[in-house]
Amino acid sequence: MSIVLEARHINKYFKKPVLFHVLKDINFQIKKGEFASIMGKSGCGKSTLLYILSTMDTDYEGELFLNNQLITNQSSEHLSVLRNKHIGFVFQFHYLLSEFTVFENVMLPAKKLGEKSLQEIEYDAYEKLKKLNIEHLAQKRASRISGGEKQRVAIARALINNPSIIMGDEPTGNLDSYNAENVFNIFKQLTDEQGLSLLIVTHDEDFANKTHRIIQMADGEIVV
Amino acid sequence: MVNWAVILNISKTHLLTKIKQTATAALGVTFGIGAYITLVCFMTGLNAMLDNLILNQTPHVHIYNEIKPSEKQPLTMYGNVKQSFSIVHSVKPKLSQKNIHNALPIITYLRNKKEVRGVLPQVKTQIFYIAGSIELGGNLTGINPLDEAGLFNLGDYIVEGSAEALQNTDNGILLGIGIAEKMALKIGDRVQVSPINGGVFPLKIVGFYQSGIADLDAVQSFTKIKTVQRILGRTNNYITDINVKMYDIEQAIPLSKKIEQQFKLTAVDIKTANAQFETGTKIRNLITYAVSITLLIVAGFGVYNILNMLIYEKMNDIAILKATGFSGKDVQLIFMSQAMIIGFVGGILGLLIGLGLVSIIDTIPFKTEALPTVETYPINLDPVFFVIGFSFAMISTFLAGYLPSKKARKIDPVKIIRGQ
Repeated sequence: MSIVLEARHINKYFKKPVLFHVLKDINFQIKKGEFASIMGKSGCGKSTLLYILSTMDTDYEGELFLNNQLITNQSSEHLSVLRNKHIGFVFQFHYLLSEFTVFENVMLPAKKLGEKSLQEIEYDAYEKLKKLNIEHLAQKRASRISGGEKQRVAIARALINNPSIIMGDEPTGNLDSYNAENVFNIFKQLTDEQGLSLLIVTHDEDFANKTHRIIQMADGEIVV
Repeated sequence: MVNWAVILNISKTHLLTKIKQTATAALGVTFGIGAYITLVCFMTGLNAMLDNLILNQTPHVHIYNEIKPSEKQPLTMYGNVKQSFSIVHSVKPKLSQKNIHNALPIITYLRNKKEVRGVLPQVKTQIFYIAGSIELGGNLTGINPLDEAGLFNLGDYIVEGSAEALQNTDNGILLGIGIAEKMALKIGDRVQVSPINGGVFPLKIVGFYQSGIADLDAVQSFTKIKTVQRILGRTNNYITDINVKMYDIEQAIPLSKKIEQQFKLTAVDIKTANAQFETGTKIRNLITYAVSITLLIVAGFGVYNILNMLIYEKMNDIAILKATGFSGKDVQLIFMSQAMIIGFVGGILGLLIGLGLVSIIDTIPFKTEALPTVETYPINLDPVFFVIGFSFAMISTFLAGYLPSKKARKIDPVKIIRGQ
């Protein structure tokens, strides 16, 4: 099976307030269609790792491959394009553009990518919303919907450009158990049906146990 | 690769959802530009009026025969005293004629020059206005009334009667309004004038002249050249002054220098004669621009402030845009375009408000003794001011938007997302 994301010898230091070695020689791979979760105590560096993998944090040592291409030390412009096209994000706090409608929020990354016509984008966005059972919210303002709904909109937005991998930073951390279950099922469905790769940072042991693979971290190192 | 449709859509949504702040920022620019347009149109209008007050009546080159002492006194020609220190007492002006020698050929010569728009001969003399036993001193100038009206706007200063009437009446006189008031004369009356060398000539009043300068109006009158020549008992080649009007005022200086050299006459160009006017104009323009730029800087700070606030409010949006693949440049363009839209809308409104105010000022009555032709406040509506004003608006909002948007470009999304 092909490898979507690969980290080789990732090291990261926090320089302020004192020099601190956050990530120590991280090596792992995510294969296509794999549903992996990263677990660990607060402060063990799992979110820091995720942001390095997401290409938003470029201040690290080591090498990072996305679809077998080296993306370390690329220009920030190029990384933006990569993020736009290949990586979808779901955050703990829903982070929608509150002044735009749900529909516009979902379409935005596709409009930025600019590979499809507006009609195609609108069709895609509607399909994604439908798949997540929130098509009735399409014309509502993003600030007017509930937390669970927001998280599903965020997932729809992450999916709009058919990315290689979806990353989540505690996507269920702020949701009640019903909605958390719901989000998990959506993720599960995406890997099973579409072979999408997922990498989710979580505190929730039940959630992690249901994934294909758990990457356990402690003190900046991968334990299991 | 910049996707303008997406960027403009985002900035449009930002601006419309914060419509009050947007309006405040745009109004700052509007008032700045409006005030600039009003000020500059009004000020330059006033400038032009004040300049015209003098310059319209002033020839570009004034040629005459000046009475002055010889530059070379006989003593300096005497070689023996060259090394010594010599003092000459009681230097008297050289005895010469008041009129211009060979005036008619000179006029023909000047008329044939292609940069010259018109050449007007005049005969100036001192006379007395006689009212019963009272004699009032004054100046009588012989002119070609129609040419003077055409080239030097004489018609603007005739309050009653016309230049044509003077042209058509033998022994007619265009009397200074001050003299007419002193002597209680009206059009159609006769006034007696007497030249210095004696004799009395009755002249028929065909109109009144008011320059706006009271001292001048109390002495100055006009009549035809022929009439003055007859009063003085001179032939028709007796001309004391030649006024030249050029197509291009800048040509006045070289021409006046050339005439002085060629004909040994005194030729004064308009720039030398009215240097203080240019200084006044410059200073008024300086004040106008200083005030306008101050207003625009204040408006610029308003835009800067509001954009700064907007960026703090939109930290999360910026982070999410960057996380979903918008580059720092895209984010900067989003906020720059907001600043430019504020500048554009504010600027256009400012131009309209300026135009409105100027149109209102243009209708406000402004009557003054000094300026018989002016009825409302003078306005100079020059399209160039509108171009400058609009550029001002765009430049100042560009600068005001640049710094905050650069900050937005540099925001690290990880810090924002993790900070929550």
